[in-house]
This record gives sequence, structure tokens and C-alpha cells, in this order.
Amino acid sequence: MWAFIHKFGSPPWFFRFASTAVRWLLPVVIGALVFGAVWGLLYAPPDFRQGNSYRIIFIHVPSAVVALAGYYVMASAGLVSLVWKIKMADTAMRAVAPVGAALTFVALVTGAIWGKPTWGAWWVWDARITSMLILFFLYLGVIALFEAYDNKAAAAKACAVLSLVGTVNIPIIYKSVDWWYSLHQPASIKFTGETAIDASMLYPLLVMIAAFYGLFALLVLVNMRTELLATYRQSAWLRSELG
Amino acid sequence: MTQLLKLQDVGLERGVRQLFTGVQLEVAAGELWQLVGSNGSGKTSLLRAVAGLARLGVQGSITCCPSMLFQGHLPGLKSALTCRENLLWHASGGVAIPLSGIDHALAEVGLVGYEDTVLGQLSAGQQRRVGLARLWLSKASLWLLDEPFTAIDVDGSAMLEQQLLRHCQNGGAVVFTSHQPTAVAGLRVLDLNQYAA
Amino acid sequence: MQPDLLKFLGFQAQRHLRGALRRPGDIVNPLVFFLMVVTLFPLGLGPDPDVLADLAPGIVWVVALLSSLLVSGRLFQSDFEDGTLEQLALAPHPLALSVLAEIASHWLLSGVVLALVSPVFALMLNMPGQAIPVLMASLLLGTLCLSLFGAIGAALTVGLRRGGVLLSLLIIPLTVPVLIFGTSAVREAVLGYDPGSWLALLGALSLVGLVVAPIAAAAGLRISLEA
Repeated sequence: MWAFIHKFGSPPWFFRFASTAVRWLLPVVIGALVFGAVWGLLYAPPDFRQGNSYRIIFIHVPSAVVALAGYYVMASAGLVSLVWKIKMADTAMRAVAPVGAALTFVALVTGAIWGKPTWGAWWVWDARITSMLILFFLYLGVIALFEAYDNKAAAAKACAVLSLVGTVNIPIIYKSVDWWYSLHQPASIKFTGETAIDASMLYPLLVMIAAFYGLFALLVLVNMRTELLATYRQSAWLRSELG
Repeated sequence: MTQLLKLQDVGLERGVRQLFTGVQLEVAAGELWQLVGSNGSGKTSLLRAVAGLARLGVQGSITCCPSMLFQGHLPGLKSALTCRENLLWHASGGVAIPLSGIDHALAEVGLVGYEDTVLGQLSAGQQRRVGLARLWLSKASLWLLDEPFTAIDVDGSAMLEQQLLRHCQNGGAVVFTSHQPTAVAGLRVLDLNQYAA
Repeated sequence: MQPDLLKFLGFQAQRHLRGALRRPGDIVNPLVFFLMVVTLFPLGLGPDPDVLADLAPGIVWVVALLSSLLVSGRLFQSDFEDGTLEQLALAPHPLALSVLAEIASHWLLSGVVLALVSPVFALMLNMPGQAIPVLMASLLLGTLCLSLFGAIGAALTVGLRRGGVLLSLLIIPLTVPVLIFGTSAVREAVLGYDPGSWLALLGALSLVGLVVAPIAAAAGLRISLEA
């Protein structure tokens, strides 16, 4: 077990692993995305109240789910980096942040587009979309902090501390935004999101969520590989690796 | 001889640059060491690594006795506090020091009559002297001093050298960095340029 | 806690307080900032007392948040610049304890003072009298949370040249619950309901902050010393 972790932390081994993984993941992820999108957008039945506009959930929900999970992935990498001082964990953390931020942004934009036909406005201060916005801010903070440090090893440690504090705070933020929303909105207007979703809509949604997890992993690996290429461009092992 | 500090194969990497590598050093009680090296050779970084302030990019093993005093480029004094208060509540402390001891230390560094002056009103050299007054109050055995002679006049330097020697005679040890060649009896020199990678 | 550590806590706090009291400007300026920004709202929104009364909890709380950010960003600045931080990091006691002492003395001189003068601002914005004690209580607890979270941001950015705006980016999202709990408490009081649960939430958040912030800020300071 320890040998495995040690291997995972070595840049040359990880570079080879990432290269192979990207090659295998790429077709799988594209396939799943196309399959899920076609199923959800063309074959799933229209919603009885929202008609076809609900179909944006096949993009909105997966990106929102993976964006939130991404923050925890980033914080876990930060914890590993702080506790075991594994260099690859720093790289992983740095690679997750922009991907997570991008997914959050996609969730926000699709949420806004969905809002127009549903509520009649591009932006409604609904609890979930507000939480998403704050998650976006949290990602931006980590990215900005990373960029501000000249010493990249210290930058990674600082971002690890920040993302761990964020992890403690995220449940509190989500809960408080929920309460804030219910305090200011009469319950009747509240958009029902927890109603049971029909299997014909659920399965394509699950496929899309899985595909987005794959996409997330793929993008993170590509990012990490690029980072390794930039950091070790002078190293002998990388030159021999690339032939 | 008690060993107070041991460096085994210590190297330092800053970013992708290796500053030095393979430094071996053993400091026993009673020894006075000067770290020399050109600008950017990593003297300050090595001293901070020894003190435990900056261990990122440091390779090798550093064993340092816990009873240690570190004085960096910055003295760690508050300009809003008086000289007395600064020494009384020095950040590294935690235990009250008797006032008589503080006044004695201030007298040793030539600051009689400035005890209740706010630090911000003193000259740069005088402020350095307040920082050095810690050396007369310290009970630590290993002193790590980064450029202790900076901004100190001739009299002050002589007085400081005396104090460093006295500390070594009393069973302590000193490691300090300095660009100037220092003519003190029994001085040992570690030249970081020899270990440059 | 061991008596030794408690003594150290008091020792450090004494040092901070003594230094800060020599510079009363640092205590008064945030309050003047607070007063000025509160003045901007009637100028921007119009002088209608009913509109102002309606918005008062939000206004006072947002301005408190901003002024707290403004001061807590400087929390470790002078310690970093004069080398005190290095010495604290090498002191025989945990750095988290020194950080706690620093936060506590900072809060006494910023948050507590702000809470004490807040009734003036509340009256200027036509807030009903029964809400004012709740406003003070919420600010008392809330500014403690803000100082604690602010300390984490301050610790992570203290060594950076462009720390000022960056700090706000890091901390504002973390302070969302503080703002929500604080304004909700005051709003409930204005409407004549019991604000107890919101104040309790603020208290709980302060406790979480008291545990997390000193440790996180101490880790952040050690990283800042490395860089």
C-alpha cells in the first residue's frame, strides 16, 4: 500500500500513468457524453409543466454536482499535500481548481438560462443558485491565492489551508443560504426541486453525471500532465519519456 | 563536548535552482562559526532552515538543540513600545524577565537613558542595538544570528564580538552570517560557495 | 488548559493591547469609515425614513462586514514586517496560541467597540428601538466570527505584496453565514419575533471559528514565513 502511494507521488510514474489514462478516458468520456446528451435531449419525455426547457438539467445538474465534488477533491489533495508532503498532491490541487471553477461557471450560466423560461428572469436569488455563486467565489479565491504567490511550493500549501477551511465552511454556507431563502420567500413560491423524478428522466441524468465525473477526471489529468511538462521540461526523465 | 547542531548532507533548492548541496557541519558547545558566501548563496536561507522557519526545498537532515535563539534581519521589535517593554514582552518570550536585568542589558548595548523611549524614535543603529540586547538576556545555548553586525558602529561591533566570545566560553555556541571578515580568536568559517551546486 | 499556556496567552495579549493603544487612530479610523459609508446609503437611496428602516439591518451588517475586513487584513502585517512573526513562530509555545491572543485583542479593539457604538448608526437609519440590543448582540458575536475568519485570510496573504484585494476575495465567501445569521437576527427583532435562534447560530459559528481559525491561521503564517 505504502509503495503504491509512493509510486503515485513520483512525477515520472505519474506522468506515464496520466498519459495512458488520458488515452483511455478520452474516447470513453466522449462516448458517454454523446450517449447521455442524445438520450436526455432527444429521447427523454418532455416535462408536464416545463415542457422541453427542463432538458437543460442534463447539463446543469451534472456540472453542479461535479463542481461541488471537485471542491472536496481539491481539499483532499490539499490535506494529502499538507500531511504527507507529496508533490503530486500539490499538482493535483492546482489542476482541480480551474476545472472546478469552469464547471461551477457552466452550472451558473445554465441555471440562468433555465431561469428565463421558468421564472421569467435571467437571475433569481434562489437558494441553490446563490450557493453555486458562492462556490464559484471560493474557487476564484483559491485560484487567485495560487497566482499571488511567487514560491509555488508555498502557494500550494496556502491553497491547501484555504480549501480545507472552505470545506469546513461549505455545509454551513449551504445551510445558511437555505435558511436565508426560506426566511425571505413564502413557501408557496418555492420551486419544488425535491419532487420525485421519473425514471425516464433519471437514467439519462445519471449517465450524464457519470460522464461529467469522467470529464472532470480527464481534464484534471490533462492539466496535471501539462503542469509536469512545464515543471520538468529540463529533466532527463521527461526527455527520455517523450523520446 | 556537547553537540548543539548537526547538518548532514544539507542542500537547498529554490524553485528549480539548487543553491547548495552536501553541507556538513557539526557545532559543539564553545564554538563560534561564521557562515560566509556571496550574495544569493543561501546563507540566510540556511540559517532560517536551521531555526526551523523555512524547510521548503531543504534536503538532508538538520538536528538542532531546542534551546536556541534566532535573530534575523528583522529584529522583531515593536516601534510603538518602549525599549523596556520591547524586551519585557519580546515575542519569543513568555516568561517575565526582571526589570533590573533588562536595564542592565540596555546599559551593555549603550542605551542608558533610553529605557522608556519609544522604539520608533531611535535611530536605525540604536534599534539594532535594542535587538542585540536580547543576547544579554538570553538563556539559550545556540545562537543563530543573521548579519548581526549590520548598522552597528565600531564600538558596538567590538562589544558584540566580546559578547559572542563570552557566550562561547560559557558553554554556548554561535552561528552567524556576515560578509565582513571578522577577526575573532577561535573563529571557524563555513564557506557556502564551496558547496554551490 | 495548563496555567502556563494561559499565562502566555495573557502575556501576548498584553503586548498587543499596549501597542495598539499607543495608536488610537487605528481604533478610531474604522469607526469613521463605518460612519461615512452609513452616510452614503441615505444619499444613494433617498432620505425616506421608512425605506431606510426597512433596509437598516442589511446596511449596518454589510458595512460592519466591510469595515471588519478592512482592519483584519492588517492583523499580522506589522508583525510580519518587523520580524515579530519569526520570533512568535520560534517561541516555546504553540503559534496558534499567539494567534488567538492577537485575534482576541484585535476583536476587543475593533468588534467590541463597533458593537458599542452601533446604536448611533441604527438610530441614524431609523431602526426601531426594540431591535437595537439585538443589533449590538449580533454585532458582538458576528465581529468575533469576522475577526476569526479574517485572521485566516490575513495569515495567508501577509507575505504578499498585493494582499489587500486578494484578502477580500478569500474571505468574503466564507463570511456569508455570518452575514445571514446577523441580519436575520436583527430583522426578526425588528418584526417583533424572537431572534434567539439566530444569535445562537452566531454563537455556534464563533465557537467553530475559535477552534478552526487559530490553527488555520497559524498554519498560514508558517507558510507565509516560508515564502
